[in-house]
Amino acid sequence: MNAPGGLFIEALAVRAGDKELLKPFSLRVDRGEILGVIGPAGSGKSTLLRVLNRLVDLDDGLSVSGTVQLDGANILGPEVDVPSVRKRIGIVFSVQVPLPMSIYDNLAFGPRLAGVTDPGGLGTLMEESLRAAYLWDEVEDRLREPASNLSGGQQQRMCLARTLMLRPEVLLLDEPCSGLDPISTAKIEEALQGLKKRMAVILVTNNVKQASRVADKTAFLLMGELVECGPTQDLFTNPKHKRTEEYITGRFG
Amino acid sequence: MRTGGILSAEKAVEALIRLSAFSAILGLFLIFVFIGKEALPVLTSPEARKEAGLSKLFLPQEGPRPYSWQPVSEIPKYSILPLFMGTLKVTLVAILFAIPLALGAALFTSEFAPDWTKELLKPIIELLAGIPSVVLGFFALMVMASCVQDAFGIIYRLNAVNAGIALGLAVIPIVYTMADDALTAVPKSYREASIAMGASAWQTASKVVFPAALPGILAACVLGFGRAIGETMIVLMASGNAPVMTWALQKPVRSLSATVAAELGEVVVGSPHYHVLFLIGTLLFVFTFALNLFAHWFVRRLQRKILGAA
Amino acid sequence: MGRFFIALSALCCAVIVAMTAFVLGDIAYFGWEKLTLSFLLAAPEQGMAAGGIFPAIFGTFFLVLIMTVAVIPLGVMTAVYLNEYAPKHSRLVQWVRLAIANLSGVPAIVFGLFGLGFFIDFVGKGMDAAFFGSRLVFGQPAILWAALTLALLTLPTVVVATEEALRAIPDSHREVAYSLGATRLQMVRRVVLPQAIGGILTGGILAVSRGAGEVAPILFTGAAYFLPYLPKKLNDQFMELGYHIYVMATQSPDVEATKPILYSTVFVLLALTFVLNFTAIWVRSRIRRRLRLAK
Repeated sequence: MNAPGGLFIEALAVRAGDKELLKPFSLRVDRGEILGVIGPAGSGKSTLLRVLNRLVDLDDGLSVSGTVQLDGANILGPEVDVPSVRKRIGIVFSVQVPLPMSIYDNLAFGPRLAGVTDPGGLGTLMEESLRAAYLWDEVEDRLREPASNLSGGQQQRMCLARTLMLRPEVLLLDEPCSGLDPISTAKIEEALQGLKKRMAVILVTNNVKQASRVADKTAFLLMGELVECGPTQDLFTNPKHKRTEEYITGRFG
Repeated sequence: MRTGGILSAEKAVEALIRLSAFSAILGLFLIFVFIGKEALPVLTSPEARKEAGLSKLFLPQEGPRPYSWQPVSEIPKYSILPLFMGTLKVTLVAILFAIPLALGAALFTSEFAPDWTKELLKPIIELLAGIPSVVLGFFALMVMASCVQDAFGIIYRLNAVNAGIALGLAVIPIVYTMADDALTAVPKSYREASIAMGASAWQTASKVVFPAALPGILAACVLGFGRAIGETMIVLMASGNAPVMTWALQKPVRSLSATVAAELGEVVVGSPHYHVLFLIGTLLFVFTFALNLFAHWFVRRLQRKILGAA
Repeated sequence: MGRFFIALSALCCAVIVAMTAFVLGDIAYFGWEKLTLSFLLAAPEQGMAAGGIFPAIFGTFFLVLIMTVAVIPLGVMTAVYLNEYAPKHSRLVQWVRLAIANLSGVPAIVFGLFGLGFFIDFVGKGMDAAFFGSRLVFGQPAILWAALTLALLTLPTVVVATEEALRAIPDSHREVAYSLGATRLQMVRRVVLPQAIGGILTGGILAVSRGAGEVAPILFTGAAYFLPYLPKKLNDQFMELGYHIYVMATQSPDVEATKPILYSTVFVLLALTFVLNFTAIWVRSRIRRRLRLAK
């Protein structure tokens, strides 16, 4: 059995027709650690995250096999209440998507869905989430402004805070820093170090350096195949496979 | 418990959404059933058949005028052929007037003219489309009739030409809009290829773009035709409403739709006359329905043609 | 040769513009002349040869109000089903779209027959038999039935406009809502509908403009030539601008006497529909701009 709050992926595979988007593999990530997932574009990294958040349900013609256990229960099972899975396994997308409403309403969106509306509770939760996303000082006084007024980096941190409002057990990040300036990137990376104490984190990135800076464990995906996975230190200093070495040294990708 | 309540409320709303998706299909079905139901006695009820059976409606009758529509005379006569003829005459005038104008204008704005003319013409076409048909009918009756009468030297003030032109004004926006869509949908590469081979603007438009857009243009004409057949208020007000069996365009005419509009208000419910009017309604419904399907088929062909080529 | 045809096609444009200008100019010129505030606020007198058209204006507004209440929820829910619920390219979606296209091609007079045959004779008479001991309450021409008939006629307008607005919303917004644990209905209510409000408005306005101008569907379903009172209940008959024009233009004993009033009435109806149409076009162009930006 895995530790509480951890995610245990077993024999997971995704196919679209006769094309394998993800070949069967197993992987685990526990609370307190950040799993970095690296690999070139089109290697299945985003597909993996979409499976874990069950967004894959929205895509036509994909078939998923295998199990993903969260606290011992398979979240891919047919009987699962999908919205509640999504609340427990939060996701932040690569492109920041502020909903066309105020910062406050963006942040309150998730809790309100669950019926939480009292301003006091929302306020406390909001401060906590914004602080965790390193955004509180910048938006403290402008919560009623439209979210689109924020800069790109701020928007992305708001999206992170919006996900944190649900107090997820697992946090998925899909290239959260692509297109962001170095300062915003640094802030998000800093935020992750604080967040991993409370949850398991999976960070998909095509920035190899970011994985080596942030992740405790790193997995290398190539064309839908999990080439190798291990402690970040080991993977970067002593990769077992030649393809891994070639990728992290920048020879392709 | 609470989530259970929310969930079942949500299920109820979703069921409502799914249900309302059928509203259009159900609406069409109910229209057909409830108009057809009132038309059916013309075929089934012995009483109605005696007075207004199919042979009385469509075949020549004895007497000086074999085809006449006189439903309220002492011996009611229900020949609907003059009405068919009236509809056809008015529709023909409308189509001959509207289609060349609308297609010419669409060709001009999409092929030859700079973009600003389209930006200018579009709102004007939308204005024209927004004029209620009763207003066009009013205009045809009060103003246009005299102009048409003078221009063509016609004895009767209200006639097929007058009604047809007014009807054409209602048809123009439909044909223009659809034809413009079809022409605009032709990929730019067609035009460039043609120009590159040295064709002139007119050659490109007439030999390349127009044929490529043809299914959509035909659909536009078919829909315009359908609108003209069913349009009521314009014809009712501008045509003179005399059911005469002649092809002469300068005579007053009575169309199928105008007949229903003019007579249903005063008819005895359940009388043969009542059922015949519903039969006319059913025929109008079936005609326009078939024309719409036909137009739809054309548009599908256009899409496939362009998608297949691009 | 080519130049000649190009000039001819330009001429087509000019003719259309000229005819439109002729119609509108004539009505504006003669209609504006006699238009006064009291004309808008007074009841007709002397068999329509004097007085105003307030009852017809009131009836028109009441009519389209009921129509809107019926058609907007139905149209919006249909569009939501097509765009948010149904599997893409499903058979059912194709059938529904085809039905909507066909419905918009059904002649207005056929809707009138339908209103009489279905709403009055079937539903209305049925209600009377069930609830009113066969007393004549709803089984007769009434503003409710006229409005429902128009609602069916304008359904395609609302569906098409709403769908256009729904398509303008980026899928990423939907995914964000889902990823935060929204059910489909929550996603529709909190993300999709608030953004589609402009399109729904456009559809509603276009439907109102269309409904206010249609006469054929209300000929037998509730419009009255003259009423000494304003409609107050759903089963009252009503006066209506378009019908008023029709009757005055074709059945007036003294055409010349009523002509100024007739022109002013036409002007009012036309102004009403144009204001509505232009509002709708303006809202729609803003949506289209956003659609282009979203892509």
